[in-house]
Amino acid sequence: MLDDFMVRAALAGLGVVLAAAPLGCFVVWRRMAFFGAATAHAAVLGVAISLALSVSVFAGVLAVALLMAILVTLTSGRGYAMDTLLGVMAHSSLAFGLVAVSFLTDVRIDLMAYLFGDILAVGRDDLAVIWSGSLLVLTLMAWRWQPLLLATVSEDLAYAEGGSPRRESLYLTVALAVVVAVAIKVVGVLLIAALLIIPAATARAFSTTPEAMAGGAAVVGVGSVLLGLWGSWELDTPTGPTIVCVATVAFLLITSLARLTRARALH
Amino acid sequence: MTTNTAMHPTHSPTALIEANDLCVGFGGRSVLEHIDLALNPGEIVTVVGPNGSGKSTLLRALIGAIDPDRGQVRKAAGLRIGYVPQRLHIDPTLPLSVRRFLNLPGRHPRAQVDKALARAGIPQQADTAMTQLSGGQFQRALMARALLDEPDLLMLDEASQGLDQTGTADFYRQLEVIRDEIGCGILMVSHDLHVVMRAADRVICINHHICCQGRPEAVTAAPEYRALFGTDDETALAIFRHDPHQHPHDHDDEVRDAG
Repeated sequence: MLDDFMVRAALAGLGVVLAAAPLGCFVVWRRMAFFGAATAHAAVLGVAISLALSVSVFAGVLAVALLMAILVTLTSGRGYAMDTLLGVMAHSSLAFGLVAVSFLTDVRIDLMAYLFGDILAVGRDDLAVIWSGSLLVLTLMAWRWQPLLLATVSEDLAYAEGGSPRRESLYLTVALAVVVAVAIKVVGVLLIAALLIIPAATARAFSTTPEAMAGGAAVVGVGSVLLGLWGSWELDTPTGPTIVCVATVAFLLITSLARLTRARALH
Repeated sequence: MTTNTAMHPTHSPTALIEANDLCVGFGGRSVLEHIDLALNPGEIVTVVGPNGSGKSTLLRALIGAIDPDRGQVRKAAGLRIGYVPQRLHIDPTLPLSVRRFLNLPGRHPRAQVDKALARAGIPQQADTAMTQLSGGQFQRALMARALLDEPDLLMLDEASQGLDQTGTADFYRQLEVIRDEIGCGILMVSHDLHVVMRAADRVICINHHICCQGRPEAVTAAPEYRALFGTDDETALAIFRHDPHQHPHDHDDEVRDAG
């Protein structure tokens, strides 16, 4: 079964969206959308470094994404607004990454694959990495779900009750770096943030509890991957972007539908 | 009671929470200087002070949200704190009912949640989304959550915000009932001077440092207090009246205060 590249692509996509669902909810609730995008952009630098050093791309991206996320967390609140800092770091690491890759003469062709993903080229080894990372993130989210929610609602409440919101946000940072590292092969650095945010935002329209929203985001994500794969096969379009397009259409349809039903309920 | 005896509080082994020589600064600006205070079980203590005097910072340092530059905070072993923050923003993208908010981070029996909501005066709102509550209801939901586990120490930061004048008076009367029911100590910050003075056993007046403290009638007579708040009740009343009526949604004062 794993011999079929479409099956491997589907499994890779599912692994990513399942981990991205609960994490994406926190990204939305905590207004970290730009933080997610910035961490993803920094991944290009990770790609360049791992190609130059001939180490696993996954390891290089994970290291740079972690470094980036921790650097932003540490430097925030020291004079510059968070989004200014993120803007500087995200785009400069993207630029440095692109320049660094240009020195590596034999990998120029690969660059598009890292920017937009190459899900159809996922191998068995990639699948193992993606699912390990995905299960790690899901375990972390399930374990820290309640304290993370409380820290999201109010850090002060968490402190007063003996919690440690700083440690909780570090868990989120690590989870984000892992998702970026495993998603790079699937949708590429430029579209990773879309997989985090769009399913969660779509699920918000029909959710009344945080848990339902995470579950709903997973369903939307799974649907987008499967429909996107099928669509890109039928229409011969790039797969990663097609998945994101499907998710966006789902977001528009479901959000408008929810708004309509709510308006009708009021009359 | 003289106003400066309490500048050096006796180290009480029974104190719920105790701060010694607490100093906090932000970016080179000193916000709290050498704060010593202790709060005993069953005691209602009010911290008053002008805007920006460090009242909220004091509470946040006591709960551990701010690391002090100097000094320390000692809590009784296993101390349960019920904290009602000055402001709390829940992002509208987070679907959270009042019941779920009370069950965060630990689940509680349904009846216990209902009892806490009834005690806080919002028995009908259990299934309402937090973001759909009015200002007063939101404040009561925070109160309900703080009371849920019958805390040893209740800490309130401008907790009567969003309540109208009668609501505020009821609120502070209710605090004494709560203290008698669950026997907790209460430490609150407020600038609703007029009402607060009646409910407190002890008033601590701060302006970065502790200016004076003692029984309410002693503090209002103290020259340090008069220098900060004026000399008569009418001034206090004017401050009290000014806020809820003129700027019901203006929290700028609190922002500066928290800084």
